[in-house]
Amino acid sequence: MSGAEKIAVKVTDVVPLNDLVTRFKFERVDGGLLPTFSGGAHTVVEMPEGDITRLNPYSLMSDPMDQSAYTISVRRDDEGRGGSLFMHNKVKVGDEMTISYPVNLFSLDLRAKKHLFLAGGIGITPFLAQIKQLERFNGNWELHYACRTESLGSYVDELTSHHPNETHIYYDDQDDKIDLLNLLDGQPLGTHIYVCGPKGMIDWVRNTAAAEGWPREAIHYEEFLAPQPGKPFEVKLAVSNKVIQVGEQESLLEAMEREGVDAPYLCRGGACGQCETRVIDYTGNFIHRDHWLDDDEHANGEKIMPCVSRFEGKTLVLDR
Amino acid sequence: MTIQFNDETFRDDYSFYNSERAIKRFPFPFHEDSYMYSVNMEQHRGGPVDSVYEKRFDVDEHYVSEMRDREMVLADDPLRCQSLPHMTLAGWDLLELIMVSKSEDYPDLFELHRDGNNWRWVNKPLGIDDSFVFLDETTLPYGPMEYITRQAQGDFCVLDQRDDNLWMDAGMVTTQADWSLDFDIGMNFFEWHAPVPLAHEKGIFVRALKFLLNIQQGAPARRLNWTMTVNPLLDTSPENYHKWGIQKTTLTPENLGAKQHLRVELQTFFRLPRSNALVFPIRCYLCSFQDLMTVPKWGRRLHRVIRDLPEELATYKGFIDNRPMMLDYLSKFDDGLPTSDGIWPDFETEPALQT
Repeated sequence: MSGAEKIAVKVTDVVPLNDLVTRFKFERVDGGLLPTFSGGAHTVVEMPEGDITRLNPYSLMSDPMDQSAYTISVRRDDEGRGGSLFMHNKVKVGDEMTISYPVNLFSLDLRAKKHLFLAGGIGITPFLAQIKQLERFNGNWELHYACRTESLGSYVDELTSHHPNETHIYYDDQDDKIDLLNLLDGQPLGTHIYVCGPKGMIDWVRNTAAAEGWPREAIHYEEFLAPQPGKPFEVKLAVSNKVIQVGEQESLLEAMEREGVDAPYLCRGGACGQCETRVIDYTGNFIHRDHWLDDDEHANGEKIMPCVSRFEGKTLVLDR
Repeated sequence: MTIQFNDETFRDDYSFYNSERAIKRFPFPFHEDSYMYSVNMEQHRGGPVDSVYEKRFDVDEHYVSEMRDREMVLADDPLRCQSLPHMTLAGWDLLELIMVSKSEDYPDLFELHRDGNNWRWVNKPLGIDDSFVFLDETTLPYGPMEYITRQAQGDFCVLDQRDDNLWMDAGMVTTQADWSLDFDIGMNFFEWHAPVPLAHEKGIFVRALKFLLNIQQGAPARRLNWTMTVNPLLDTSPENYHKWGIQKTTLTPENLGAKQHLRVELQTFFRLPRSNALVFPIRCYLCSFQDLMTVPKWGRRLHRVIRDLPEELATYKGFIDNRPMMLDYLSKFDDGLPTSDGIWPDFETEPALQT
């Protein structure tokens, strides 16, 4: 079986936070305790709709020690393939859903003398759990959180009231910007940087820190890509001996799963590398969207990450 | 099943012994008549009744004596147990994992009572009844990893996961097959495996690391590894090589069946929830050749495996000099009949030795 272990849950709370973000609370259907987890972990939520089951990763934002419930926050993406719209429009209190055990691809480096968190928009969610974890052990942390507007600033009030000294908020529409160079310059030795937000922000932080001489191991980032819709295409799966069609609104991974092919995965967002698949033959062009394969691998046509990447052309044969 | 605990030693007079039941459940590591490295991982979620795979942490007749031996090793050399400062949370994770598993799997031997963070732990075989506050180190006589691994058979490596690698940042290692925690502490996966021959060339470690990094909560894994030990020694450490290395020269054709032991490690892997570290318990099982030969299938197979093992592996595993004598002994238990697939004894279907 692919992916992490599953847990049957019911939705016990749905709270719209603002125009874009809604929070969901899950408890076990059998009333038992959920596994503890480490700050930065995500769960994969299954969203069955018609003959497609989408599986999207969302960061767990509740207290990692709280085994009674998990909470996630979902930002509505009107341009996307509908995973977030499904959560916003279809999911109601009392619904039963399937989520995965926690998986952490963005864990704290517990050697750090200080944890410097940089969040953009919905990228705040993993930090909410990490902050709760660090608070329990008197960890040293500081948060710099950029939001588009005050009204879209999810959890700003909670953060500024509980942690007024550690929390710094920046509103784009007020031309507030993180003074990154100064911020990095003032950090004590042994500080680790964590950034979660839009791709532009992650690149900006990673490149700036690297240019300032920060060690690669001290810079942590997480960006889950949502699979993007695209033109339908046909794939031949050599091991399973099947020819399958990938629809406009589904990913290659989802199409394989729909056809009963047990393809490995974990994050489903182009980050973890688990679904890496060898290309046996192709005529056409890859649309690589992952950040697992490097530039050379994206150019040489030998591998594809079916969770987020697509294909346009005549023939694609995969070793799956 | 209630367990009768042996009163036995793993040093000096070597009074260690396996009961008939222990021989039958011995984890014989060869699933076919030859051996080569492989990642050979499988899910660790139970197994045949009374096999070493059945429980998350197997407790057997050697439990009490093994814990006594560990105490002696630690008294002589406290550096066998080390935990770098950032690994304390992983130590609590491990304590919880072992206490929960043992109290659920062996309710007649172990009890765990939890009221929030106020915990009471009862270990009947060792006569322990301690109350403490979970996540508060000051309420335990040792750090959490040391406390619980003084009460659990096998070595424990607690590996931090970062930078797409695993780091040997904590452990309790007193029953090891000639490697040293004090030497390896702080090393990454490739560094501590550097001395192993052939496997690097075969890409074993790259694949093994990829597998281990992806072990997730709720989905532990396991594999078997093996070597050879003369006399039933748990502590075959480099630190004490001057004591046990020389014993390899005491083997004679007459005493080999009793003195020569197959040493098997049941290695398991669990993701730890709060720390995202990985714990790697390495449980050592010893069985003398003469006891192994009571299983006809194992007699046939062990001879063939040892005979055909590449020289590099026999050297690395430390028995190249004794191999001819071992083969003289083992060949008497190989009548050339075919053997069934898999590691199990298959008493009902495998014929007795034809003489």
